[in-house]
Amino acid sequence: MLALDVRHLNKKYQNFQLRDVSFQLEQGYIMGFIGVNGAGKTTTIKSILNMIQMDSGEIHILGKNIAEHEMELKQEIGCAFGDVNFYTRSRIKTLTGITKKFYKNWNDDTYYKYLSRFKLDENKKIAELSTGMRVKYSLTLALSHGAKLLILDEPTSGLDPVSRDDLLDIFQELIVGGEISILFSTHITSDLERCADYITFIEQGQIVASAEKNELKESYRLISGSEADLSRVKDRLISYKTNSFGFTGLIHANDIDASVTLDAAIPSLDEIMIYFAKKEGVKEGVYV
Amino acid sequence: MNVTISSTSEKPIYQQLYEQISAQILQGELESGYCLPPIRQAALELGVSVITVKKAWEELERSGLINTVTGKGCFVAEFTPEEMLRIRNEMVLKQMGSDIQYYKSFGLTLEEVTALLGKIY
Repeated sequence: MLALDVRHLNKKYQNFQLRDVSFQLEQGYIMGFIGVNGAGKTTTIKSILNMIQMDSGEIHILGKNIAEHEMELKQEIGCAFGDVNFYTRSRIKTLTGITKKFYKNWNDDTYYKYLSRFKLDENKKIAELSTGMRVKYSLTLALSHGAKLLILDEPTSGLDPVSRDDLLDIFQELIVGGEISILFSTHITSDLERCADYITFIEQGQIVASAEKNELKESYRLISGSEADLSRVKDRLISYKTNSFGFTGLIHANDIDASVTLDAAIPSLDEIMIYFAKKEGVKEGVYV
Repeated sequence: MNVTISSTSEKPIYQQLYEQISAQILQGELESGYCLPPIRQAALELGVSVITVKKAWEELERSGLINTVTGKGCFVAEFTPEEMLRIRNEMVLKQMGSDIQYYKSFGLTLEEVTALLGKIY
């Protein structure tokens, strides 16, 4: 079954547009949602959660249309936003007391388990928490109501390496049973190299690729060669950088043929993001 | 079973898993009938994605090194000494194949390569 099925999502703002965004996440897996700042990650996530009105498109969660079953589905979804500021003058205890009333399957045992795992003190005020602590608190809330789909916007970005590692361990523990699925956006791609099964890559409001992580990386090659080589492959490159040794560029694996006898390596997720971000510049002649 | 994963290696992680486990099977460290941990459990313990482990297990099965028994798990297969030899040779040849590309890029002849290998083997 699909935990999340996003189809032909469109949303137009004055200066930005989500164009025909579609991707699917199978139940029991982790998907990383990547893209540079402003690529459309948060807008997509907010549309999925029905927090902003989309212009067109359909979103199904666990087989049900969110537009028709919003109340019911929100019980099954846990979400956390990296930058959310709660009522900062309240204590954790107070906020939890309010939040739990909204959830039928709230579990106090789970709640206290994560509270102690994350070393959160219930009597602290939100204002007294560090960024990392706030992320951990919002995750604790998300995990305590038995959510089947976790949608997390940059959950790891405010965390130190040790807390990030712990969080990734928790993600992996959560999906062991095969019932819980996780979609999380990030630009810390090392987190994804480790635990993500699938990657969805968004660039300027459009999905560039959504695939199994290794397949995605293997569908591109990073090639380098001399300036003379560059003129032969330039048209096929997604983008490239030149230096005194020659050039390095990103190319679709399918666009490599016998005429390309250059060194080719499988790129990292970072490299894919970087070269795609340069793409528009090449077209406009900025990097030529 | 014993595996070490390097996230900085150029080899994809599923391939690292496949190579290390298959070596242990072929060297007799993992005997036939040995039960591999369930995919999701292994992913958690190794700190890699579920699909990575799935791919490694599938690759092991394709090579005839393990069998999947539905509902029970994955077990190291039974093989005759001849089969073992065949699988081992296939693996070694695959590795040699990529090494040979490297030697050829320097224009080395078979004789030259053999002579060089003789020096360090």
